[in-house]
Amino acid sequence: MNIHEFQARELLAEHGVPLPPGGMCASAEDAGALAQQLLDSGETLLVLKAQIHAGGRGKGTFTDGYPGGVKLLRTAPEIRTAAAAMLGNTLVTKQTGPEGRRVNRVLVAGAPNIQKELYLAVLLDRSLARPVVMASTAGGMDIEEVAAKTPEKIVRQPVDPLLGLQPYEARDLAIALGFTGGLIHQAAGLLMAVYRAWWESDASLIEINPLCVVKTREGKEALLAVDAKISIDDNSLFRHPRIQAMRDLAEESPLEVEASSFALNYIKLDGNIACLVNGAGLAMATMDIIQHYGGVPANFLDVGGGASEEQVAGAFKIIMKDPNVKAILVNIFGGIMDCDVIARGIVQAVKETGLKLPLVVRLEGNNVESGRATLAASRLTITTGESMADAAQKVVRTVTAHP
Amino acid sequence: MSILVQPDTKILVQGITGSFGGRHARLSLEYGTQVVAGVTPGKGGQLFDQRVPIFDSVAQAVRDTGATASAVFVPPAFAADAILEGVAAGLDLVVCITEGIPVRDMIRVKAAMRESRTRLIGPNCPGIVTPGEGRTSQGGCRIGIAPGYIHRKGHVGVVSRSGTLTYEAVWQLTCRGVGQSTCIGIGGDPVHGTTHLDAIRLFMEDPDTHGIIMIGEIGGSAEEEAAAWIRQHGTKPVAGFVAGATAPPGRRMGHAGAIVSGGKGTAAAKIEAFRQAGIAVAPTPSDMADTLLKRM
Repeated sequence: MNIHEFQARELLAEHGVPLPPGGMCASAEDAGALAQQLLDSGETLLVLKAQIHAGGRGKGTFTDGYPGGVKLLRTAPEIRTAAAAMLGNTLVTKQTGPEGRRVNRVLVAGAPNIQKELYLAVLLDRSLARPVVMASTAGGMDIEEVAAKTPEKIVRQPVDPLLGLQPYEARDLAIALGFTGGLIHQAAGLLMAVYRAWWESDASLIEINPLCVVKTREGKEALLAVDAKISIDDNSLFRHPRIQAMRDLAEESPLEVEASSFALNYIKLDGNIACLVNGAGLAMATMDIIQHYGGVPANFLDVGGGASEEQVAGAFKIIMKDPNVKAILVNIFGGIMDCDVIARGIVQAVKETGLKLPLVVRLEGNNVESGRATLAASRLTITTGESMADAAQKVVRTVTAHP
Repeated sequence: MSILVQPDTKILVQGITGSFGGRHARLSLEYGTQVVAGVTPGKGGQLFDQRVPIFDSVAQAVRDTGATASAVFVPPAFAADAILEGVAAGLDLVVCITEGIPVRDMIRVKAAMRESRTRLIGPNCPGIVTPGEGRTSQGGCRIGIAPGYIHRKGHVGVVSRSGTLTYEAVWQLTCRGVGQSTCIGIGGDPVHGTTHLDAIRLFMEDPDTHGIIMIGEIGGSAEEEAAAWIRQHGTKPVAGFVAGATAPPGRRMGHAGAIVSGGKGTAAAKIEAFRQAGIAVAPTPSDMADTLLKRM
């Protein structure tokens, strides 16, 4: 689950990570008032940031032509005006797709005097089955690009999960990043705080980009986490009710939200052949085989290894709400589940939803003969596939024959 | 022979009194598997289905029945503890079926198991089946939730991250009259016990396994690591399939571990690693068995 930048700031602040002062506002008036407060407390430059779950906000454009989801401004009235332009508006960035995301909140914060930008992340190293702290002196840049072009700029520290990040490991990282003198201790302290935030929040990723060396008003050097992104492990949400409450349904596809209420794993794609499959691996493989035979899958949909009648019915309802869908492929390997029960579920769902689209069904497994007989006896226009390949070819043909 | 479990392996079921655990314990008993004990803390002394004794702890069950392997059907919040209980009791094998365990819990379990002799399969997996001699492979060892009847005793090893895709491969083999030595679903989570590489090494060492089907999916680099080893040390024909070529990057495809992130873990990279290792790549999931049989 992804959370907003302002929520990530809350979690980081609780663990002692130093951040520029600021907060979230849902109205232009609040944004203006908070800006004035920050200016009164001595900030001289402010940043206003649209809060959406997508990167590239600074270079994005709103659908009404207003440029940029991140603004550096000096006065409260300017912040209020810019916030009014952003709130309720839809921001399109390279990560949102052409439909963009509606901005419902903005972040107003102090914009520090940045001397140097770094990159910091904590994530899982799957091969080691351990957390790894990853940092780079090439801050503000896309880490994948840094990894590809200048891998020597990236330092990594795997962490023993039973011990946690040790102070000496944090200092080693700080030294490898080029810090000297008192900044070694500041950086090590910040690294340990970010690691603790990762571990205690059950995060799957914390990314601080940029992590900045700034010049304070007193003329000293200090470290601040200027932008932060956090993703949380969905499996852990049961023990973090407060983080679970940070879920923003407006950031998710409405069909995907509805599917999750049926305990279905659904991901909408751009094609026109819907598929309904039991098991995640088989569901991915079904998308692949549709493409192999020249079709384009409209979705990923896993009804679970067990595939109950109710889930199959729910899945049909979700699929039929996608206006791009021209045909449906059902691929069920009914291992333990009786194929006849699945077949009756399909017939029931087709009748209830008044399905008019071509439907190809491939059933395999337990009591498959009865299942196929049930489909045949239904007098619905259901095409059966003998194998996955046969079914995929048949469904692709229906779409290419009636484009 | 076969790997990890034999028809006479004695197993216990942690969470046998839950509906999911109970249902699959019953199916394993019907298959002919030696389910000798159940464990549900607080229900020790009772009987499951009037025949399988239930214990309060894994240690008690092991002491009284000699069970050496366990199937974990405990809910996600308690599953890490259940695995570690099996490890502490000195089991040879713990198979964790539970889906939805927090990654952090599995990171701790893996770290805690570093020095242990216990092997973990899963979590979020269908388990392991060594088919038996019966007409539809009854009399074998079934730990987990795979349908037993689709198997036949034979000489092909199957290892996969996905449940239903494993069944698909097994059924394709069985329909072609080709049996299996052992079939392992290693699970779809990013942090899990037995890896593709572990299973491949065991199959290569097993004299009764003559060929291997390895099924992977997007995310991580476990398939590449297994392929690199096969390239150096492989002695038997291997066919492979990787699911998720059409999956959009950055999205989790049902399995917690099935995600292409930062350009890593793509199907294309895994398929390329398979090719370089001399693994026969099935063009579609419908061709997994035929692709292997052409090599055997």
